[in-house]
Amino acid sequence: MKLLLALPFIGLLWVPFYNLRSPELFGFPFFYWYQFAWVPITAALTWLVYRTYPNED
Amino acid sequence: MKTDLNAPALAVFVFFFALVTVMGFLASRWHQPKSLESLDEWGLGGRRFGTWITWFLVGGDFYTAYTVIAVPALVYSVGAYGFFALPYTIIVYPFVFLVMPRLWQVAKDNGYVTAADVVHGRYGSRALEAAVAITGVVATMPYIALQLIGMAAAVKALGFQGEWPLVAAFSVLALYTYSSGLRAPALIAFVKDIMIYIVVITAVSFIPGKLGGYGAVFSAAEEAFKAKGSGGLLLQPNQYFAYASLALGSALAAFMYPHTLTGVFASGSATTIRRNAMLLPAYTVLLGLLALLGYMGHAAHLKLSSNNDVVPALFQTLFPDWFAGFAFAALAIGALVPAAVMSIGASNLFTRNFWKAYVNPSVTPKQEAGVAKITSLVVKFGALLVIVYLPTQFALDLQLLGGLWILQTLPALIFGLFTRWFTAPALLAGWAAGLFGGTYVTWTDGLKPLHLVSVGDFSATVYVGLLALIANIAVASAVNLFVRTRQHPRTA
Repeated sequence: MKLLLALPFIGLLWVPFYNLRSPELFGFPFFYWYQFAWVPITAALTWLVYRTYPNED
Repeated sequence: MKTDLNAPALAVFVFFFALVTVMGFLASRWHQPKSLESLDEWGLGGRRFGTWITWFLVGGDFYTAYTVIAVPALVYSVGAYGFFALPYTIIVYPFVFLVMPRLWQVAKDNGYVTAADVVHGRYGSRALEAAVAITGVVATMPYIALQLIGMAAAVKALGFQGEWPLVAAFSVLALYTYSSGLRAPALIAFVKDIMIYIVVITAVSFIPGKLGGYGAVFSAAEEAFKAKGSGGLLLQPNQYFAYASLALGSALAAFMYPHTLTGVFASGSATTIRRNAMLLPAYTVLLGLLALLGYMGHAAHLKLSSNNDVVPALFQTLFPDWFAGFAFAALAIGALVPAAVMSIGASNLFTRNFWKAYVNPSVTPKQEAGVAKITSLVVKFGALLVIVYLPTQFALDLQLLGGLWILQTLPALIFGLFTRWFTAPALLAGWAAGLFGGTYVTWTDGLKPLHLVSVGDFSATVYVGLLALIANIAVASAVNLFVRTRQHPRTA
């Protein structure tokens, strides 16, 4: 499960994969909206891993 | 930029500044501690900040005023490359999620206040403790100075000349930090972060409309880069390694700083930290949108004397006066929160890992709080003197080196949470190799963060901090093999 947290590192540190102009979204070149998209994706992946821990509050 | 005093902007600015000043002093009564006279209360707010307080505090302290000025300025001047702040502030959170709850638990169980406390407790080495503590203090000082640069940009945009507004704002900050400790920035962070959210969301929804939409903003920036002959909306292939290594190195360094660790240690539970690793990326969206203000600067055809003026100039040009005043107040207050937490983090280090270690080992909790309070004043006035009397470039260069330095404390602080293999002499050797080697390389490259690495036909520019960390780990591993072989000749 924790391995899910490796995905943002792969998705964001492999730069040639997303250093592209198109496809554009709402006027944003791919380079920009792709990186923005990783914010909610990373939060969601973290949530999946978070659920496997007990609540210590 | 306009430089005459602007009355509506000034009135709004003064109102919010006065509001947070009152809050700063009242914060000592917040959550009613029996007494503020211990380092746990003054320096860590009693270690019981819940999810939301931690979210505002760490968000307010990690995404600093300088970030708000400098990231758009870098994007304005070089384009895509300046965007490394976005992957940096995304991948930092999986790291926080996996590592920081363990660190918090160790600190909580043993009453540790600083990173150097954790290292001393784990390895029993005064030398390694001192290395981590000194690195923390030295890396933090220029960072505090940079907050003043952020504040200066906002104050200048209001039309003030000279340094007295900075001195006045910082003196007020020093006084309420002295009396309320970490509770002051924690409380002020609520105001600061909400103001920054309002400003950025307004800016990114309203400004592109005035400039013809995001498509037009990107096109305008592209034309400006073409005309200038450097920079661009996409990275050059020779920038790939630089971009990725800056993002990774910065992410690993971010939570080694005393101010971010103070936020971690002040949390009420490991679950609080895990929840924050999920929720703090909301600030990353904000930062990414802020970075786009750099491109909007091109679309608005701003004429700037300094790249750092792009955000204030954009607000002045496109916002009504009162809202510009609100935005500048947000920037200036945005400098106060990190500056306060940084000075508290540095004071905790001085008190625990110098005063208690060498001057007075039997110091009482009350005396510890007293030493830390005085130290926080000294630290802030030190930073103020640096900004007033030394060239700004000096603080910027030191801040660059500070990132490299603080990253070298990672093996000593983090590895011990996961393995018992490493020994103190090995980690100390690794720290020294990374810190002095990295500083030497940066110095000989003319204080540039990137270094050209060539192996055979392959060559790439890579962030020096990350190279130094690799050298650090390699030296620590090699020395450790040697030390352990000598200690246990048969089992090794």
